[in-house]
Amino acid sequence: MRAPIPISLCVNGERVDAHVLPRLNLADFLREHLHLTGTHVGCEHGACGACTVRVNDEIIRACLVLAVQTHGASVLTIEGLSDSGEVADLQAAFRDRNALQCGYCTPGMLMAAQDLLKQDAEPDRKQIREHLSGNYCRCTGYQAIVDAVETTARLRRERKS
Amino acid sequence: MKASAFAYARATSVGNALELLAAHGGKAKVLAGGQSLMPAMNLRLISPELIVDIGEIGELRGIARRGEVLSIGALTRHVDLLKSPEIAAHSPLLTKAVAHVAHPAIRNRGTIGGSLAHADPASELPACMLALDATIVVRGQAGERRISAKDFFKGIYETALAVDELLVAVELPGVRKNASHFFHEFARRHGDYAITGLAAQAVVKDGIFKDLRMVFFAVGDRPVWSNAVGELVNAAITPALMAHISAALREELDPHADQQASSAMRRYLANVLMRRCVSTILARPDLDARAA
Amino acid sequence: MTDSPANTETLSVLDRPNSYIGKTVPRPNLDRLLQGRGLYVSDMELPRMVHVVFLRSPHAHARIVEIDAGAAKRLPGVIAVVTGRELEAVITPWVGVLSHLKGLKSAPQSAIAIDRVCWQGEAVAAVVATNRAAAEDAAEHVLVEYQELEAVTDMRTTLDPQTPVIHPALGDNLAFERNHDAGHVDQAFAASDEVVEADFVFGRHTGVTLEPRAVVADWNAAEARLTIYQGTQAPHMVQNIAALHLGLQEQQVRVVCKDVGGSFGIKVHIYADEMATYALSKMLRRPIKFVADRVESFNTDIHARDHRCKGRIGIQRDGTITAFEIDDLTGIGPYSMYPRTSAIEANQVVNLVGGPYTTKNYRARARVVFQNKNVMCQYRAVGHPIACSVTEGLVDLAAMKIGMDPVEIRRRNLIADDAYPCASPSGLRFEKLSHHASLDKLLEMMNYEGLRTEQAALRKNNIHRGIGIASFIEVTNPSAAFYGVGGAKISSQDGVAVRLGAQGSVICQTSITEQGQGSESLTAQIVGSVLGVSMDRVRVMLGDTDHTPYGGGTWASRGAGIGGEAALRAAKVLRKNILDVAAAILQSSPAELDIANNSVVNTDDGTPRIELRELARIVYFRPDTLPPGIQPELMATRHFVPREYPFAFTNGVQASWLEVDTETGFVKLLRHWVVEDCGTIINPQLVDEQIRGGVVQGLGAALFEKCIYDERGQLTNANMADYLVPMSGEMPDIDVGHVVSPTLESELGAKGAGEAGTAGAAAAVTNAVNDALRPFGTIVTEIPLTPQVILTALGRI
Repeated sequence: MRAPIPISLCVNGERVDAHVLPRLNLADFLREHLHLTGTHVGCEHGACGACTVRVNDEIIRACLVLAVQTHGASVLTIEGLSDSGEVADLQAAFRDRNALQCGYCTPGMLMAAQDLLKQDAEPDRKQIREHLSGNYCRCTGYQAIVDAVETTARLRRERKS
Repeated sequence: MKASAFAYARATSVGNALELLAAHGGKAKVLAGGQSLMPAMNLRLISPELIVDIGEIGELRGIARRGEVLSIGALTRHVDLLKSPEIAAHSPLLTKAVAHVAHPAIRNRGTIGGSLAHADPASELPACMLALDATIVVRGQAGERRISAKDFFKGIYETALAVDELLVAVELPGVRKNASHFFHEFARRHGDYAITGLAAQAVVKDGIFKDLRMVFFAVGDRPVWSNAVGELVNAAITPALMAHISAALREELDPHADQQASSAMRRYLANVLMRRCVSTILARPDLDARAA
Repeated sequence: MTDSPANTETLSVLDRPNSYIGKTVPRPNLDRLLQGRGLYVSDMELPRMVHVVFLRSPHAHARIVEIDAGAAKRLPGVIAVVTGRELEAVITPWVGVLSHLKGLKSAPQSAIAIDRVCWQGEAVAAVVATNRAAAEDAAEHVLVEYQELEAVTDMRTTLDPQTPVIHPALGDNLAFERNHDAGHVDQAFAASDEVVEADFVFGRHTGVTLEPRAVVADWNAAEARLTIYQGTQAPHMVQNIAALHLGLQEQQVRVVCKDVGGSFGIKVHIYADEMATYALSKMLRRPIKFVADRVESFNTDIHARDHRCKGRIGIQRDGTITAFEIDDLTGIGPYSMYPRTSAIEANQVVNLVGGPYTTKNYRARARVVFQNKNVMCQYRAVGHPIACSVTEGLVDLAAMKIGMDPVEIRRRNLIADDAYPCASPSGLRFEKLSHHASLDKLLEMMNYEGLRTEQAALRKNNIHRGIGIASFIEVTNPSAAFYGVGGAKISSQDGVAVRLGAQGSVICQTSITEQGQGSESLTAQIVGSVLGVSMDRVRVMLGDTDHTPYGGGTWASRGAGIGGEAALRAAKVLRKNILDVAAAILQSSPAELDIANNSVVNTDDGTPRIELRELARIVYFRPDTLPPGIQPELMATRHFVPREYPFAFTNGVQASWLEVDTETGFVKLLRHWVVEDCGTIINPQLVDEQIRGGVVQGLGAALFEKCIYDERGQLTNANMADYLVPMSGEMPDIDVGHVVSPTLESELGAKGAGEAGTAGAAAAVTNAVNDALRPFGTIVTEIPLTPQVILTALGRI
């Protein structure tokens, strides 16, 4: 039971087959085995949010999930999310508002922000801050990020109507 | 920080999980949501030999009403609790409390079974279980046991679970008429562990408490059921009585001290919470200390 | 040769058509960061690369009796286990002193501790393995026998005779002392109507960069060359020091920065474990990767701001401040950090206290003492937060004492806006500041009177809100006065090379570095503006000692002011060279031509004459068609160094509006304002965002952040659950405004802006809390202002 375990999963729409040690967490699996380094590691105890990815359409902390637990699951990283175009407007808003500086928290922030916007089309600033309250950013002080999410929500509502 | 090496087994059923736990004694750990287990392993605070992953056991999922009783499977995630209309209708205290647990990404994985079995004294759900008079259902190879929440939590990370037992469900009894609840915690930042918290369930008729269950958390090594507030039941609530209860509560609690707060501060905040609870449930702002 | 700043032949760059200067444009190259396709050193993989994990001392102070690595070496995946003694053969120790800090002393520090460990977390052995997990496993099998020694952990008693001396050869635990006495302080106090004193205590804290420190060191034995991949702010400094201590020539070392996941000064220093990584690569002849995990980061990234400062202020009833006096004590680690030294922060405190104000009477003593705790050194706004909190706290106390409004006392004492040039009481020269204009603007932005009315109304309902004001001055664009004069090989000049590419694009190489503040953008904006080229045609390369001019890098808010001016000068030369060639091709004269929108145009009517792309084609591929004798030069390099002022001071003022829940001690930050004067602003959004980010770091210091050591020297909160960093839920919106006083030292006129937010934020918050608690008669002069601190001050617990 200590030997590498075969897993089969879907990552960014592609089937992946691998043999992994039980202790390998999903963040390290993505970064080191699949070379998808957009998922960042900041604390390895679930507190900073840098490793946030989607598993089966829900955001989770990749450092707190074992790769073996994702057998049969569908994983979406920031690379896949970007390529799908789902957050193109959010990314543009981040760029225009300079809601990123060093960029290290950004993949996790985008994941968390889009998670909010999928559930609530009209979040106020307090709600935006609350939903992002598990994602640490040291560079921006958060305001630009809140602005970018707010702008995106507004533009999406306008496009709908 | 990488976890030490361990063996891994994905349990196919509760019975299978129990076999594995029995075979490995205290050297195996159950993996449900992993939101408490994984940080501890990554930090090498614990190094189990075997991880028994119960995440695929269908029997442990689901929220079901059985008459008056609401049964919640151990693998029910925090996000499921938060979004459940059954729980909102049956035990809204729980809905309110779960919103305070960590952050969305954590709530998408963390489970009620995991939270209760982990028994962190600063966490929200154990206190709610006491306030709701819940029954914790555990199963071992010898059979099933039903443990009152009051008897389940023994100390820091310590419960009545034996090393070869699995927490399978939680049962919440029927709710009485005129039931109300109160939940609040003091934390430095959104989603942080509480410095001091209170989960309360009450029955009020004509401005009088007919039943009052106040459970404090983050004030010791386990959730603390307050006997002192029992004097508020079937009593006229006056400032003098409140002062008496405050004093009794101060005596009753023996909180620990840590980096966030001294024991004096925890006693003090517990009293603030008690007063806010009473004044909120009874809609009597005159009883709140801030009115003074 | 340099062009003089006022070149009459060309308009100032600030006046050029289609100038990007002063415009908010999105930073180029953000898409890859937004897509998760950046390349941080922690992402890097090289062939045959292995990983190092450091076994670290669990004791704050202990003798290393024996290290037994036998079992560890035999574990699968382990390449080597190396002790300090073994590494000594490859890398020499260092001492963190500079000659201009008179009396500063420190003991030699080795890359890995030999014989003795001096702080909990100091490395005692390196375990190299094929992956990090295997190295951590092996580290558990390295047996180290320690003999515990008494740990020195209270700065207040480090100099007592009965306290052990950490380095006996140094004689005592005093690293550095500075005394300053200006004016007539004793007479001033004696003649004052009131004298107010307070003890200010600051929590030690740390940077918590989201990407931890990461190094990939790659010694190529065949080439005898070391490539260091490291997110450092000062790659040339690292190159110099690595070569020096590894016995290499400078050209044998290349430093490449890649993308950097946050720095704020944390990654500008020389760390023992990083030096060890370079040495291990040389020893093992293969690439070695070191990424600090979060716990290691807390224990070994530099800490900062561990100060206890007694302050005194003299005040007349008419509001005139008569004198400032401080006695500052700071407890660093067991070594002064290399090469910038751990005395600079205290030195800055002495330099900056009282800075915005007119009084010339100022006395200061600062003592820096060794402790058996993690090392301490420069972190964003070095010393400024301490100086500002002490100064602005004293000013508010003085105002309170004489019953004057805190704005009024500042109006009466801030240096007048027309008093420049002048000097601070510590002897620092100010070119031009704007304290009053900034204060006026701040009061208008925040609607000061409106807030006071609101405060008074809410107080009647037992709701306690407070306003706190903090004026500050900020050191930017440092010359050699900071480090060079003391013998440090830290460059205070920077250079930019620009060239016109074969298809008309512009390639820039700059010696400043990027950690997310916008160095790439400011360079492209300046070059694009000066050259008349659109930004999408400008490519900026930085962070590589093989491919950029030699320079200081980005720190002490110098990137825009110094690197920007170098970019401006280089672009001006290239522009002239282009016009010389164009004139030859077009049979015109350079004075009749200009460059705009990627084409050479007529100066008078803007008619395009020849596209740059076409000009480049001719120069590079058809020079046979050029008039005889012409030797086109489409590449230019210029450097810039500040010569007139040792530092370009900026100024600003901040305000905090908050609510204190007096029942629970919790503070809610409602809003924050900053008015800042950094001279010419190249990209307004980038400057404002630097300020916001800096403010939030200061808010973290004010309310949340503290490295908590026990009396045994154990850091007890080395994780992100227990060390509280500011998260989005608790932070306010921050409004930023500007006054513009360009420096005349450069044509660009830009001063620095990166640290201003951090300098004054904690002071504003502390003043606001004390303002809120006025009815209770409590004053708190300790940060972080936790609920426990506030409840204790209120006497509730």
